[in-house]
Amino acid sequence: MSFTPQFFTTAESLVDSLDKKLLVVLRDGRKIIGVLRSYDQFANLVLQDSLERIYVGDAYGDIERGVFIIRGENVVLLGEIDVDIEDSLPLRQLPVEDILQMQREEAEAKARKDKLRFNLLHKQGFSVDFADNDLY
Amino acid sequence: MLFYSFFKTQVGQQVTVELKNDLAIQGTLESVDQFLNFKLKDITVVDEERYPHMMSVKNCFIRGSVVRYVQLSPPTVDTALLQDAARREAQSTQQQQQQHQQQVSKSTTAASS
Repeated sequence: MSFTPQFFTTAESLVDSLDKKLLVVLRDGRKIIGVLRSYDQFANLVLQDSLERIYVGDAYGDIERGVFIIRGENVVLLGEIDVDIEDSLPLRQLPVEDILQMQREEAEAKARKDKLRFNLLHKQGFSVDFADNDLY
Repeated sequence: MLFYSFFKTQVGQQVTVELKNDLAIQGTLESVDQFLNFKLKDITVVDEERYPHMMSVKNCFIRGSVVRYVQLSPPTVDTALLQDAARREAQSTQQQQQQHQQQVSKSTTAASS
């Protein structure tokens, strides 16, 4: 069984997405929006003018990130952003500090809930695995 | 190669791709590659509110490694054809393994003599 490079056998490529504004969802749950400049057969990506968008409830906040090189194994999906829909989103944009604060509160609430769940299950004799490496 | 060929026959059909994080995306299959990465167009996200970031996305590329299921519509799938293809693939891999073993034994006897 020989390994054939992708550009010989595949009908599909990301060439149509080059120089487009994309949303990239990563395995750690982050959403990065940027312009795709380059990619390879492993779906390693180079994004320019990227920002990390954090969503909490009906609000979001952006952090400027510049140029990103993303290792392909961390990529969940790439979405082409439709600029018309993006302009009319029902979400409101907040400054970064507020969003980070909201995110922290949400994470704490979730941690409390999970702890409760773990304790209840543990009493019943179940073991709960914390192998949540993929947080998306 | 078998499933890559199978999905190529499904191009143009409505499919629902369910990811390992339970996100389910319905759309038209635009293309597939040897790693079973998928490109879907005109997508709708099942349970949209949980995933607000997907609202402004119409087309997407999904890395094969994150897919749990691909839901297809039964009338578009010829299961008899798939069974035959699987049997042929099993036979050809058996033959390949036998040939490989013969090559290995030839080269080791040549090396030792």
